Amino acid sequence: MKRSLMKHSAVKHSMSRWVLVGYGIYLAVPLYWLLSMAMRTNADIAGDFSFFPSAPTFSNFVEIFSNPVWYQAFGNSLTYVAINTVLSLLVAIPAAYSFSRYRFLGDKQLFFWLLTNRMAPPAVFLLPFFQLYSAIGLFDTPLAVALAHCLFTVPLSVWILEGFFSAVPKELDEMARIDGHSFLYFFFRIFIPVNRGAIGVTLFFCFMFSWVELLLARTLSGAESKPIVVVMTRTISASGIDWGVLAAAGVLTVLPGILVVWFVRKDLVKGFALGRVS
Amino acid sequence: MVLIVAFSAVIPLMTVVNYSVQDILDFNTRFFVGFDWYRETLNDPRFIDAFWRQIGFSLTVIAIEIPLGIMVAKGIPKASRYTPLILILLALPLLIPWNVVATIWQMFARPDIGLLGVSINALGIDYNYTASPIQAWLTIVAMDVWHWTSLVALLSFAGLSAIPGPFYQAAELDGAGKWQVFRLIELPRLRGVLVIAVLLRLMDSFMIYTEPFVLTGGGPGNATTFLSQYLTTMAVGQFDLGPAAAFSVIYFLFILLFCWLFYTSVISRDET
Repeated sequence: MKRSLMKHSAVKHSMSRWVLVGYGIYLAVPLYWLLSMAMRTNADIAGDFSFFPSAPTFSNFVEIFSNPVWYQAFGNSLTYVAINTVLSLLVAIPAAYSFSRYRFLGDKQLFFWLLTNRMAPPAVFLLPFFQLYSAIGLFDTPLAVALAHCLFTVPLSVWILEGFFSAVPKELDEMARIDGHSFLYFFFRIFIPVNRGAIGVTLFFCFMFSWVELLLARTLSGAESKPIVVVMTRTISASGIDWGVLAAAGVLTVLPGILVVWFVRKDLVKGFALGRVS
Repeated sequence: MVLIVAFSAVIPLMTVVNYSVQDILDFNTRFFVGFDWYRETLNDPRFIDAFWRQIGFSLTVIAIEIPLGIMVAKGIPKASRYTPLILILLALPLLIPWNVVATIWQMFARPDIGLLGVSINALGIDYNYTASPIQAWLTIVAMDVWHWTSLVALLSFAGLSAIPGPFYQAAELDGAGKWQVFRLIELPRLRGVLVIAVLLRLMDSFMIYTEPFVLTGGGPGNATTFLSQYLTTMAVGQFDLGPAAAFSVIYFLFILLFCWLFYTSVISRDET
């Protein structure tokens, strides 16, 4: 009985492993094409088909690194994305905790309403944000973009975190109280460490959505704080798209995200063990 | 809080609602027309076509991405040297700006110089996404699956990791098979992340704009003209602000309705 069970599970296991391998290849091939485009000249890209670049070149990367507009834009993007991620988590962690623990009048409606901000086309929010931030002198600062992005990163974070938090049994809270821990001790020393994986994945998604957002970032930044996604659209000029430089910039834009995943990798795989409370 | 909501959500929405009931010739000449634009939009055959095309597209990508994402998440080893590398590979498509995603696929699928296009043609299938409506549609679905399945997979992976080990041990003692473990332990625990994953994909696929715009420009014909693109053509291309505003209100209400239906069905199943 036990043996057949194990055999059965091994078969199932290898099936999802094959799905992963297959999907990994599916992911990797277009990514290879991006990298390969980044290392070709435009003439080579538009010329005959070839699997490998016929004359690999780093000229596209050199062009990016020799132009200060590019790396300033990189810095600008990183600044507002970092501010946004920190703000979102600071607001969303307590909010998600209360949604997961307390019942109050209209809690489900409020919870759903949070997300409706993300359902309206972002273009709707452009003008009011622009007027509001211009009026209080925030226009063209990283803070403006960071705050505007909170419009969708905060609801998103609350929703993701609430899913994880409500799966944590309430007994955990009660046991900590019985053990005589204060609420703050419980929250920071027990609850948050237990949910490291959830916070890690939320952090990644805040970072990701803020990093690739174009419309709000473009509207709320002037010459001082141009983000990278806006500078990238400049490669599309009257003479057509500069494929090589666009691809090279695409390769470079994923690097900070890789670092984020690298930092949260241990948290993501860490499940929590009940009974390690006290 | 109320002020922030007023400034960021209510006022712009009201502006749009206001436009939607007027006939605007220029910014000083406008007439109140009531619900005419709504009636016109809902009877516009091109709107109805785009609407059904949109529903078909959203349902297709959700039906592919959710199960595939769960399968991929289950395939990721928990404690392997390769785990971080797998997670990074999964994260990559999400981190690429959307216009670049579309550009990659545009070049990748070109039948003359792209790897995908050349490979398919080499197999003897006549593939050209700029000429065949079905192939254009399939290419956009393939791109969307490539772009967004990782979102489901990463969320599910974090959800699976959060399941305490004793749950599995108890199930094994009870002699539960893999399917039962999935059905009775993993799926209920993944509920939270799956709800947000479905809602995110529902909203984003419904508002998809950049990718089809860059990849196919809505063509060939109108084969891949989804709602957002038709709306943009109306508002920017033809400057029909009144009908476009009515369109946006209807559009927003539909997204709201679908998400609400999905959310309440999940919640009510929860409470019974």
